[in-house]
Amino acid sequence: MKFGVLRFPGSCDEVDALYAARRVGDAELLWHGDRDLRGADAIVVPGGFSYGDYLRAGAIARFSPVMESVIAFAREGGLVLGICNGFQVLCEAQLLPGALLPNTNLRFTFRQVDLEVVERDTAFTCACLVEGEQAGDVARLSIPAKHSWGRYYADDATLAAMRENGQIVLRYAPGQNFNGSIEDIAGVRNERGNVFGLMPHPEHAVDELTGSADGLCIFASMRMAAEGADASGLPPRIAGGARV
Amino acid sequence: MSSVTLPSLQDALELGLTESEYDLICEKQGRAPNQVELAMYSLLWSEHCAYKHSKKLLRTLPTEGKHVVMGPGENAGAVDLGDGLVCAFKVESHNHPSAVEPFQGAATGVGGILRDIFAIGARPIAVLDSLRFGEPEIGLPYPFNEVEEDKGRSGREKEINTQHPQELGETAAKLADKRSKLAANRSRYLLDRAIAGIAHYGNSIGVPTIGGEVYFEAPYEQNCLVNAMALGIGERDKLVTSAAVGIGNTVVLFGASTGRDGIGGASVLASAELDISPSPNQNPPLGGDSSGKGPNGHNRRSTVQVGDPFEEKKLMECSLELLQRGLIVSLQDLGAAGLTSSASEMASKGEVGIDIDVSKVPLREADMKPFEIMVSESQERMLCVVEPANVAQVLALCEKWEVGGAAIGAVTDNGCMRVFDRGELVGDMPVRVLVDDCPLYDLEPIKPASTPYRPARPPQALRSPPTQPRELMLALLRSPNIASRRPLFEQYDSVVQSRTVRRPEQADAAVLAIRPLDGSERGPIPGIAVSIDCNGRRVAADPYTGTVAAALECASNLACAGAEPLGTTNNLNFGNPEKPHIAWQLTESVRGLGDACRALEAPIVGGNVSLYNESPPTRANAGPIYPTPVVGMVGRLPDVRRAGRSGFARAGDAIAIVGPFVPCLAASELAKLRGESLPDGLPAIDLDAVVAAQAAVRDAVRDGTLSSAHDITEGGVVIALAECCLAGGLGAQVDFPAEEERRDPKRDDLERLFGECSGAFVVSGEQAALCALAERTSIELVGTVEGSSLVVGSQIDVSLSDLGRAHSALAELFA
Repeated sequence: MKFGVLRFPGSCDEVDALYAARRVGDAELLWHGDRDLRGADAIVVPGGFSYGDYLRAGAIARFSPVMESVIAFAREGGLVLGICNGFQVLCEAQLLPGALLPNTNLRFTFRQVDLEVVERDTAFTCACLVEGEQAGDVARLSIPAKHSWGRYYADDATLAAMRENGQIVLRYAPGQNFNGSIEDIAGVRNERGNVFGLMPHPEHAVDELTGSADGLCIFASMRMAAEGADASGLPPRIAGGARV
Repeated sequence: MSSVTLPSLQDALELGLTESEYDLICEKQGRAPNQVELAMYSLLWSEHCAYKHSKKLLRTLPTEGKHVVMGPGENAGAVDLGDGLVCAFKVESHNHPSAVEPFQGAATGVGGILRDIFAIGARPIAVLDSLRFGEPEIGLPYPFNEVEEDKGRSGREKEINTQHPQELGETAAKLADKRSKLAANRSRYLLDRAIAGIAHYGNSIGVPTIGGEVYFEAPYEQNCLVNAMALGIGERDKLVTSAAVGIGNTVVLFGASTGRDGIGGASVLASAELDISPSPNQNPPLGGDSSGKGPNGHNRRSTVQVGDPFEEKKLMECSLELLQRGLIVSLQDLGAAGLTSSASEMASKGEVGIDIDVSKVPLREADMKPFEIMVSESQERMLCVVEPANVAQVLALCEKWEVGGAAIGAVTDNGCMRVFDRGELVGDMPVRVLVDDCPLYDLEPIKPASTPYRPARPPQALRSPPTQPRELMLALLRSPNIASRRPLFEQYDSVVQSRTVRRPEQADAAVLAIRPLDGSERGPIPGIAVSIDCNGRRVAADPYTGTVAAALECASNLACAGAEPLGTTNNLNFGNPEKPHIAWQLTESVRGLGDACRALEAPIVGGNVSLYNESPPTRANAGPIYPTPVVGMVGRLPDVRRAGRSGFARAGDAIAIVGPFVPCLAASELAKLRGESLPDGLPAIDLDAVVAAQAAVRDAVRDGTLSSAHDITEGGVVIALAECCLAGGLGAQVDFPAEEERRDPKRDDLERLFGECSGAFVVSGEQAALCALAERTSIELVGTVEGSSLVVGSQIDVSLSDLGRAHSALAELFA
């Protein structure tokens, strides 16, 4: 299992994503000017300020040479994860529905947020477990979010379709939605289920030493999805990364 | 050389040189300088670049020690971390630019200090900031729109500015309140935009902002302080210096193009008292013409640079890759005084000459004059020396990172800084004269008969302070210098780069793993801890002891995280050193810094001086800032798994006060709240006792025997306890044993509860572990971690939620 992590001029969290991905598989950086995805089984579009976020967050990166290949990869069913700026890029590329608007407080805001895993039967959340789970439990992830353009928005018709298709994967837990996202939406997938974007940063929650390891289950899920449902190759602490 | 009219002595004076300095330049050169040369001399001989009023004092500071790898004089200092790695760090000020345009001033302050770090070959891993503003007047309905500025300055108002409000009649007090609100409008604006500027730059470039400090005091109203500190990690054997070497080597300028921004920043803006009022007499004299295209104007905005973090991000990656691939010989960033300063300092350090052809510099504006190109402070530029054979590869790498690059000159053996324009020689100066021959001045320190600072005017919402300890505690928790900084640091990314083990408010010092955490760690994970601090009010009360206290507090913060100091950086922010009482503050402060750093074995490896932080007497709240020697300290801890925390962690733990706890109300936050005058001097500090207490706490944290450790500072022990409760989400039951023979029981009680001192800590843990500390320092068991309220004897009983509400008072500034 190999992750390819994109690097644009202005990417900031690509090395963090690289290290996070390496905790569950192989990973390497992919330069924005190259179209070659170097045999990656899954793509991570990382956080940061690609091309300085000039024009609009993600608006320029989506036209880069590497994104042409990522769009083709996604159309063939390849797994693509977009984090923060990466989520914005995927929305700009219309691989994901909706758009990200400026936070309602109009400020860059950093906060450790709790997320509820709304859909657990996805390629990006299937490893999110609840310890000692009982019927009706919702997996919760504690993950940092940090952005100034993170207010998710989609029109009513799109939202209705997304609900219908189970595309709303993560929501901010009650009281945690600081950016004003519609319906507390924190992460969404495409209809086919192979492309996923979220504003919070799972790559910054992969080690208890830095505050939480809950984000690891996103990467672990991708590995499970890529290699088939068997998670036996993963250390148990990864599969159990989520807390109630 | 072309024979245009030479500038006159008058031009030199307008550029900030004195008559004798101008004469000295003429004498050393053997002729009068032309326009290009005068512009360059005026910058390199400015206080900002030449440290002419501080250099002699700075030479008294300890700069050597077993951990020092690179001392003062380079772009940044560096200390050894073991394992072939070093930590590079430095603090720098951007005060005057931030007072003129806070967003860009603060942003480019961050940009500048980051360039200093990667200029020596270290990757920036963290930023901290140290900020000072006037009173924000929290707790009052805002915005203060009803306040209109009074145009004239009546005799009555002058009186208000010089008297204690309590001595004034009711009308006058109202006028004073009105003035406070006016000032608060500006302080809030400066705070908001400076924070946004720091966030904009640091967040966008992928370097975490992991800590800092901010104080609000009236003397900073007209002269806010924005100091930024950065840290980087580099490989010891791959560090690079800025010394230009290799006669015939090529000088390459890379990064952003050069424009007219920031012309005269170092001399006109940074090295003179700041008067931000519009005045037709203030055209920065470097402009020369009056076409309006140059840096002329009715204010100094054009002397402030404009930053672009995206450009710097590319510049940083490009510089680090150039170094990694061994393509460059030496590297220097362009900061104050632009090309002038970086080229001549590279030449000076390498004892060579440098030729530069300004026509080869990529420009933003086509019609720039040679002197403008030489002094422009356009941001995001670096200068490097390259062997001719490698120039093509260097430029190719610039292209890869999409940054501009151009060969603009060469290293020569003639010892001269020569400037050409399309081949024509337009400036020719001996490097030694330009860089080293600026006269250094002796200070004439005289201790003032009385303090130049009026008693602090307490914030309006906190006027008429209560007398009961419970209410006093809540008033202190709400006060701007103590309330939680969460609304500020929430605007910063503190976790990028996968190193941050302790974020703001988790421990007294920020803690980072030396290597990014990637899951492969086995055994101990070495880390660094960093802190920045200075309580200017205490330095104003006693420049020596106050500065000692600032350095000790940094070391105490490190101890609470489990780290021992490796080295220190400092930014001396003072008023006009030509005035005897400021000279006295500066001299005493540097003496204190030296003594403290020697005692802590934490030598000074670099720093910065910002003088002339005062405003003309025509302004309200005019005069000098509180003397503010900001101290930044970096320490090492053997294993970040055992990094300390400030918050109570376990119900049932015992609580103790550790170290020399000699609380004193003089110059404390409570004294400020009560509008008391600054005392003349603070109680002396027992350095040995403090250092011993720090060592005891540090070792206990490292052993994992303490659940929490937090040093006692502003607001005294009760505020420290409240902070431990809030950080841990746990209550505490505390009782101070009665003391006998009290002269004034009421006063003594308050002094014990709210008095401040150096080197004392609130720690929690198992009782036996706390008692074991008694072998090395004094310790007093005072209570237990329990419940969901802070209870102190029979006097204080406040729920965590009430504590939290008071502590979040700054939130309204960013609502």
